[in-house]
Amino acid sequence: MRDETVKLRLEAAGEATERPISIAIVAMGGQGGGVLTGWIVQLAENAGWAAQSTSVPGVAQRTGATIYYVEMMQPRDGRRPVLAQMPTPGDVDVVLASEFVEAGRSILRGIVTPDRTTLIASSHRTFAISEKSAPGEGIADNGAIDEAVGVTAEHSIIFDMNALAVANGSVISSAMFGALAASDRLPFGREAYHDVIKAGGKGVAASIQAFDAAFDRARSGPAQPVPEDPAGPVIAPSALAPGAQPQDDGHRLPEARPRGRGALDVAALFHRIDTWLPAQAQPLARAGLAKVVDFQDPAYGSEYLDEVEAINAVDLAAGGTSHGFELTAQAAKYIANAMAYDDVVRVADLKTRSARHGRIGEEIGLRGGQLFATTEYMHPRLEEVAGLLPARLADWLGRHPRLSGWLDRRISKGRRVRTYSPGWFIALYVMGGMRWLRRSSLRHRQETAHRRDWLALATELAPENYELGVEVIKCQRLIKGYSDTHARGQSKFARVTAEIRQIAMRDDAAQWARRLRETGIKDGEGGDLDGLIRTIRSFD
Amino acid sequence: MAERSFAKEVEHLRLGEGEEFKGEAILAITKGLLQSGVSYVGGYQGSPISHLMDVLSDAQEILGELGVNFQSSANEATAAAMLSASVMYPLRGAVAWKSTVGTNVASDALANLASGGVTGGAMVIIGEDYGEGSSIMQERTHAFAMKSQMWLLDPRPDHTRIVDLIEKGFELSEASNTPVMLEVRVRTCHMHGSFIAKDNVRPEFTLDDALNNPRRDLDRIVLPPAAYEHEQEKIHKRLPAAIEFIKANKLNEFLGPEAGRTGIILQGGMYNNVIRALQYLGLSDAYGNTQVPLYVMNVTYPVIASELEDFARDKDAVLMVEEGQPEYLEQALSTVLRRAGIDARIHGKDVLPMGGDYSVDALLGGFEAFFEQEDPHALGNRPPRPDARPILAQPEVENLRSVVPPRPPGLCTGCPERPIFAAMKMVNQDLGEHHVSADIGCHLFSILPPFNLGATTMGFGLGAASASAFSKPGGKRSIAVMGDGGFWHNGLTSGVGNAVYNKHDGVFVIVDNFYSSATGGQDILSSRADNKTRKTGNPIGKAVRGIGATWVREVDRTYDVGQMKKVLTEALTTKEEGPKIIIASSECMLNKQRRVRPIEAKAIKGGQRVVKQRFGVDEDVCTGDHACIRLSGCPSLSVKYLDDPLRDDPVAAIDNSCVGCGNCGEVSEAAVLCPSFYRADIINNPTWWDRFKHRASMALIGILQARRDRRRAWVEFA
Repeated sequence: MRDETVKLRLEAAGEATERPISIAIVAMGGQGGGVLTGWIVQLAENAGWAAQSTSVPGVAQRTGATIYYVEMMQPRDGRRPVLAQMPTPGDVDVVLASEFVEAGRSILRGIVTPDRTTLIASSHRTFAISEKSAPGEGIADNGAIDEAVGVTAEHSIIFDMNALAVANGSVISSAMFGALAASDRLPFGREAYHDVIKAGGKGVAASIQAFDAAFDRARSGPAQPVPEDPAGPVIAPSALAPGAQPQDDGHRLPEARPRGRGALDVAALFHRIDTWLPAQAQPLARAGLAKVVDFQDPAYGSEYLDEVEAINAVDLAAGGTSHGFELTAQAAKYIANAMAYDDVVRVADLKTRSARHGRIGEEIGLRGGQLFATTEYMHPRLEEVAGLLPARLADWLGRHPRLSGWLDRRISKGRRVRTYSPGWFIALYVMGGMRWLRRSSLRHRQETAHRRDWLALATELAPENYELGVEVIKCQRLIKGYSDTHARGQSKFARVTAEIRQIAMRDDAAQWARRLRETGIKDGEGGDLDGLIRTIRSFD
Repeated sequence: MAERSFAKEVEHLRLGEGEEFKGEAILAITKGLLQSGVSYVGGYQGSPISHLMDVLSDAQEILGELGVNFQSSANEATAAAMLSASVMYPLRGAVAWKSTVGTNVASDALANLASGGVTGGAMVIIGEDYGEGSSIMQERTHAFAMKSQMWLLDPRPDHTRIVDLIEKGFELSEASNTPVMLEVRVRTCHMHGSFIAKDNVRPEFTLDDALNNPRRDLDRIVLPPAAYEHEQEKIHKRLPAAIEFIKANKLNEFLGPEAGRTGIILQGGMYNNVIRALQYLGLSDAYGNTQVPLYVMNVTYPVIASELEDFARDKDAVLMVEEGQPEYLEQALSTVLRRAGIDARIHGKDVLPMGGDYSVDALLGGFEAFFEQEDPHALGNRPPRPDARPILAQPEVENLRSVVPPRPPGLCTGCPERPIFAAMKMVNQDLGEHHVSADIGCHLFSILPPFNLGATTMGFGLGAASASAFSKPGGKRSIAVMGDGGFWHNGLTSGVGNAVYNKHDGVFVIVDNFYSSATGGQDILSSRADNKTRKTGNPIGKAVRGIGATWVREVDRTYDVGQMKKVLTEALTTKEEGPKIIIASSECMLNKQRRVRPIEAKAIKGGQRVVKQRFGVDEDVCTGDHACIRLSGCPSLSVKYLDDPLRDDPVAAIDNSCVGCGNCGEVSEAAVLCPSFYRADIINNPTWWDRFKHRASMALIGILQARRDRRRAWVEFA
């Protein structure tokens, strides 16, 4: 600020030079931002203030990011204030963000500043298309938004307003209105807010309930404190809060309780883990063991541990102690995934499990008096069926393309499977029970061969370059999905591992291996694996 | 029925003298038209003017009482041509559209109208879709006003001023025999505010009066020699008359102190932001008491030379605040002052941005530069101005730039257009990529992720026409997409008729979702709903066959992805000559839900058996590849993390907003993706037979499941 001797021509005449209260609502189209805007305007007008709202309609309303803007001020001597039509960076009093990434976007617009802005944001996430469609992992990092909120907002009120609203039978606008009231940034009492909602006439009771709940939550923090130490890894998959990443800090291992036929054998296998594997690898090995036993039987679990222990021996020889036995831990994870491959038996088994009907009922929010049935969309091809045949029979079929073509035309078509009708259920049930066929099947032979080659490569490379060995183990992540997706995954795996073999002698081979794998996951969808391979080769 | 109902709000249109009107500017504009005694109104929807059409549509009862004829015009050219009723008769009329796109379409009619001139007041409400939130190319309507000589009103964003200028605008039109345009920007259209109403006026001279006493005057028709005479009339009669009226009625405003070394000239629409920027510099208060002389041009064409001269005469410098480019007003100002020999220096686009929104922030920077150069003392002791730049430079905020993903608009949950593009993407995978001409409408979202289909868009209804250069047989066929809105706007002739006549071998996909959906769900010719005031239910299939198309396939359930794929493949490979027309029809889901939900809710409440569907994903079957999302992009199809240390990637998940359209299942089946999706049929108020069947099946299933559970080993963690 320069030292000025010239005086301002305009007398700073108290209120007259005051600015209006400005409120920006950043939302996604279709989220009800318009309703909230209308409420805020009404709130001000009921108190005799002048209020103006503007919005940017058009295509953004179709699920895109959009912004509403409200200014309010008291008229003076019968003169209405002149109100601006869009927020000015650095001069916004309240920003209401109805989704967490939108809060981040508002920070980037410069409308959240430490000298004046109260940021009221819902912490829930609605993923953007680029986050959802990325193969594998593409979710934005909430932590970066948290950090930015920390340095930009004068004051912030952040909690999951969507969940709170839904829990109270209402929609997010009611909860945000409640948080706004609790922020005390507007000179209106709680009753004034209630009056606005009541005048709306629709779903009033639920809106008021959500409003009050949000008001209390904003004032006094969460009703029940979040447990500091979340439970350790469990197999029964359940959804976490969006954006939260599961952690496998195995310092408090849950007790494994084998059940059903062969439970004693399985208990012995868990004992084997405790006895022979390093502590760092145990959490993943326990989860892995449970997965393969669930996939096939206790004997398969024993086979799994044979593989993991073999890698552990390599690990020890390669000086794994100083690497925290990362090789064994990752092997425990990915060998389990490789052994529990996705075949028709597994799919049929999962679709006919006893817990499934109830779980779906919960997911769809089934209420008393309602019934439901499900239809599966399946498209089996000859490959999947042939994969289950004894290997020699499948080989024979493979040598007869005309016959297999004829069969494929009979088999390969979309099938709508009414899971819980007796006929279809029995069909799926029988198929899900064909585990006894697995070990002699073509698919199993292929999977076993794949596993052997993959682990052999890791075993070969790890003693020379420990990190590279770990990277090779992690390449199993490239294989996922069914039919064409699965075939593409195998091809990516083959290209990536072949290239790793080529560059194994380089000092920075592990870094390149990681890049190869990450690019491979996104190959064709923003990643260019062939391009990266060409780049690597151009170094020589 | 339109997306937003104004049934409640239109009651405000009945307000009388002295009552306070509160609401959206669009509604205030409608009220202004009624207070002006219009006989007819028309127009074409499109943001930011869609709500005006919706308001008029919902207000038909009130319009009827006042004897106003309201038309939903076929396109903007139709609407503009409608104004010809004011050529010979003292009838006031108004039409509205999105600009500049609508003005482009209308300009043939507008040029003819402006040449011959009008007797009754003729007004075009221009929704100036410029700046943030705009969905079109960034151009100015100003050029159209100048080239055809139509007066352009640009009122201050204030309901009172807008309504006043509508009333005065009609008088101006009549006083100068010239049609006028009233320009309102995006934010102004949707601005909430208030004004004191007057009584509505019933037109004295009615449409019936005109029809029963037809008049003609050869001098008003654009044909030589009258056309030459029109130009002379424009220069020597109409322009002076307009200038006289504008001055006499003080349509432009001189605000602030009379004297001053510097002054600011601004378009009316810029006023609110200008005042705020001045306030930040300590040069105005919040109520518009400015210390800087302002000349507010509520009429931006014609430029009133004498007013500009008066304003600039004793000043060292003036600043022109003119949004958009080219800087027509600044050029005009320069000519005016130079001719008059006035030395005031002219600033404008030298200190302000050439293009883009004149936000407060943009104005503030320009004002600072202007005063620094011309009148630094005016800035006084410089109160701190809002400035977000330091905070934006913080590493935590910088870092955010790479984290916050873009959120482009996309197709709604359950949109029937999604499976069309999913099928097209799959067909491209089978037959190779094709040239795709896109069009304007919701279907234009195909150009964005996850579909990434569509190379060009050339204007509403021109999707088919923009493929016409590729009519030559030989190479791979082109695919053109067009919506039902664009089809009736002009695509039937410009696209389909053109392709038939020129024997275009390409594929033409007409997306028929029963409404003009992108603009807010207005009815059109082929809408299936009953409409009391319009004739709907005219099938597109009949129209294309009528114009001569022979290869026509109608898919009446777009969600049948397999069928969509088959038809597209056939169209791209058939040996038959001429255009291959595919009409893909399913109701816009947004409109369908609004229509069906209350009916269903009532039926369920009344105890009737109602089956509702939604989709789900078996999370242990999903492998987290997300191929299904890359063929969908549905808002209800998302991802979630599993609490499973063995899984790296989040899996697909469907939330409660799913409307059970079926796209997920159909796509995963047609693309042979994976068996993770299931459809749940939820039976409300099941019959005794439903319950019996369910109990019997579940009993059998329970026995089987118990048997298997006994025979397998599994592990619980606790």
